[in-house]
Amino acid sequence: MADLETFRVETRQWLTDHAPASLIGTASSELEGNWGGRKAHYRNPDAKVWLDRMAEKGWTAPEWPTQYGGGGLSKAEARILREEMASLRLPVPLIGFGLTMIGPTLLEYGTEEQKHEHLTKIVQGEIRWCQGYSEPGSGSDLASLQTRAVLDGDFYVINGQKIWTSYANFADWMFLLVRTDPDAPKHRGITFILMDMETPGVETRPIKLISGSSPFCETFLTDVRVPATNVVSRVNEGWSVAKALLNHERSMIATAFSGGGGKRRGLRDWARKYLDFDHERLADTALRDRIARFEMDNMAFRLTSERSRDAAKAGRPPGPESSMFKIYGTELNQRRQELLLSIAGPQALGWEGPGFDERELGLTRDWLRSRGNTIEGGTSEIQLNVIAKRVLGLPD
Amino acid sequence: MAQQLVLTQDQELLAQTALDYVRANSPLSRVRALRDAGDPVGFSRSLWQDMAGLGWVGILIPEEYGGAGLGMADFAVVIEALGRNLAPEPFLSTVLLAGQLLAGAGSADQKRAWLPGIAAGEKILSLACQEAGSRYDLNRVSTTATAGGEAWHLSGEKVQVLDGSSADALIISARTSGGKADPHGISLFLLPKDAPGVSITPQSRVDCRAVALVGLEDVKVGTESVIGPLGAGFPALSQVVDRATVGLCAEMLGGMTQLFETTLDYLKTRAQFGALIGSFQALKHRAARLFMDIELARSAVMAAARAVDADDAEAAALISLAKARCSDTFVSAANEGVQMHGGIGMTDEHDVGFYIKRARVAEMTFGDAAWHRERWARLRQY
Repeated sequence: MADLETFRVETRQWLTDHAPASLIGTASSELEGNWGGRKAHYRNPDAKVWLDRMAEKGWTAPEWPTQYGGGGLSKAEARILREEMASLRLPVPLIGFGLTMIGPTLLEYGTEEQKHEHLTKIVQGEIRWCQGYSEPGSGSDLASLQTRAVLDGDFYVINGQKIWTSYANFADWMFLLVRTDPDAPKHRGITFILMDMETPGVETRPIKLISGSSPFCETFLTDVRVPATNVVSRVNEGWSVAKALLNHERSMIATAFSGGGGKRRGLRDWARKYLDFDHERLADTALRDRIARFEMDNMAFRLTSERSRDAAKAGRPPGPESSMFKIYGTELNQRRQELLLSIAGPQALGWEGPGFDERELGLTRDWLRSRGNTIEGGTSEIQLNVIAKRVLGLPD
Repeated sequence: MAQQLVLTQDQELLAQTALDYVRANSPLSRVRALRDAGDPVGFSRSLWQDMAGLGWVGILIPEEYGGAGLGMADFAVVIEALGRNLAPEPFLSTVLLAGQLLAGAGSADQKRAWLPGIAAGEKILSLACQEAGSRYDLNRVSTTATAGGEAWHLSGEKVQVLDGSSADALIISARTSGGKADPHGISLFLLPKDAPGVSITPQSRVDCRAVALVGLEDVKVGTESVIGPLGAGFPALSQVVDRATVGLCAEMLGGMTQLFETTLDYLKTRAQFGALIGSFQALKHRAARLFMDIELARSAVMAAARAVDADDAEAAALISLAKARCSDTFVSAANEGVQMHGGIGMTDEHDVGFYIKRARVAEMTFGDAAWHRERWARLRQY
C-alpha cells in the first residue's frame, strides 16, 4: 500500500511536470481524442507533444508489458494513473482500435515478432488500425464472409470487399477476416490476417448515412498481396481470434453507452426551453410520463452497470449477460433521441441552413444516427440470441 | 450511490438459508391448500413461529425490543426468498407496516407492549389505512376520530386490511381535522381487535391473501392509544409505507424470478411441431427481454434498500424507481408466463395462475408504476 501511495505521488508530480498546459482541464469522452497514425492532423500541436511524452513512458497502454512498449503497470497502478489524470482533467493521450481491439488480441494470439512489430507502434501512436469484418453479404452472419485469400508463395492474394470499416480512409493498417478454405464449414475456413493499407489494390470509399457523412467506409480489395507471416494464430482458425476480439469490442461499446452522458444537456433543460410549465409542472402530462419513464429506465440501467462493476470487483467478472448492456444502452439512446424530437417538435426537423439553431440541427442528425446503434457491433437481435442461448440455456 | 450493489457474505448466507428453508417448507402447494381451505387466517402459525425462531421476523426490530436491529438490505434477501413461492406469512402487515410504524412513531410504552411480541412471532398487528376511495393516496382518509371527554370516537370503514382477521390489534388512520384529502389532520390510533364497535369481516381477494373489512362504529379509545403527535399521522405513514414498499419490491422480485425460471423450464421441455418451443426465436427473444427487465428490477431494489438503510437523500426517488420497475416487470413476467405456457397456463391446476394474481395485487399495493413515475417527476420538479 505504501508503494502505491508513493506511485501516486510520483505520478501526480510527473503529470504536472509533463502535461502541456493547454490540455489540462480539457478531458472529454473516451470516444473523442487523438487517434494517432501516419495521417494524423493536429489542430493543437500540444496533443502530439502529450502523446509522445506519455508514449515514452508506455502510459498510452499502461497495462501492456514493457517489452512491447507498454507501461507494465499493475491494475492498481493503472487505476491510480487514471485517477490522477482525471483529477487534472487530462485527456487520454491516445485512443483507437489499436489500443482497444487488435492490441489485446495480439497479446493473446500474436507471435513474438508480431507483438514486437505492432504493439510498439500502437503504443507510440504511429499506426492507426481499422477493422475489416463485415461484408456486403455478411452482416449478422459474419462467418459467411466471402473475401478470399489464396496462398501464392510467401504471400496471400486477397480479393473481396469489406463494409462498415470505420475510419478506413484514415487508417494505416487493417485487421481482417478472410476465407482461406472455401470448402470447409463456414467457421473453419476463416483466417485472421493483418494488412498494410498502403498495399497496392486497397481502395476505400466513405459511406454516406441517412444522417449525412459518417466515419464508415467501404474497402475494396483487388489482388492485394499480404505476407503469409501476417496471419494471426493459425490458418483456418481465425474464427476464435475473431470472437475474442468481438468481446473486446463489445466491452468498449458497453463502456461508451454506460456513462449516462454526464456532459450532455439534460432532457429537463430541453423541456424547459420548448414546453409550457404550469405551477412548476410540465403541462403536457403525456410527455411528463414519457420523460419520467425514460429517466427511470436510464437510472435502472446505470444501477445495473454499477452492480456489474461491483460484482467484477468482488471477483465475479461479467459473462455473456453483458450483451444486455449493448441492447439496453443502445435502445435507451434511441429513446432519448426520439424523446428529444417530441420535446422540440417541428424545430427538430431541420436538415441544414436558416431557421434552426445548431443544437436543433444536431437533434435531427443525432436521432437518425442513433437508429444505427442497435445494428452496429452486433444487432440487438443477435445479442438477444446470445442471452437466450448462453445465459438462459434455451435450445437451438 | 455510494453503497456497493453486491450482497455481503452475511447476506449471501442469509439468502441461502432462506432459500433452502422455502424449498423445504413452503412449496406453492401450501398456498394452494390455504386458499382451498378458506381459512380466514390465511397463513401458517407454525411456520411463522419457525421464522421468528430463525430471527427473520425480528430483523428490522431494534435489539432493545428483542429484534436484530438490521437493515432493509438484510431483510430484503429473506422476503425475496419467501416471495419465490408466494409465502403468505404476515411480514407485510406485522413487520413492515404496523411494526415499523410503532418502532418509528410509537411511544416507549407502545413499543414495549408490542415489539418484543412481534419479534417473537407471538403477536400479529395490522395497519388499516386503505379505504374504498383512497386508491394509492394515504392522505385520502374519511374515517373520523372525534374528541369526546377523555376519549376518541372512531367511525368509518377500512378495506383490504392485510391479516385483519388474525390481528391482535389494529392501527387505524383517522381524520381528527381537515378536509377529505388534507395531509394535515390525520392521526393514528392503536386499538385492540375486540374493542366495542369494531367489526372484522374477511374479504376474498384475487391473490387469496387474508384481507378484511374493518368497520368502526363509534369505537371509543383512550388518548393513550394515539401513536405519535396528533394530526401528524400522514408523514409517519408515508415514511413507513415508503420503506415497506422496498420490502414488497423484494418479495415481488422473488416472485418474478421464480415465475421466470418456471417458464424457462417449460420452454426447455415442451415440444410442438417436433421441436422444443424454447428453440423458437419468437419466444427466445421475449425470454431474453424478460431476463433483462428482471436484472434491471433487481438493481433498482438493491439500490433502494441500501439508500433506505443509509438515509440517502435519493431514497424516495429510488423507491419509486424500484416499485415502478417491479410492478411493470412482475406483471409482464406473469402475462408472458401464462402466454408461454399456453392452455395449461390458463388452468387453475397450474401454478402460474397464482403468480399472475399475486402480481396484480402487488402492482396495485403502495402505488402502481404510473403513480410512481408521477411521483418521480414531482421529486425531480417537472
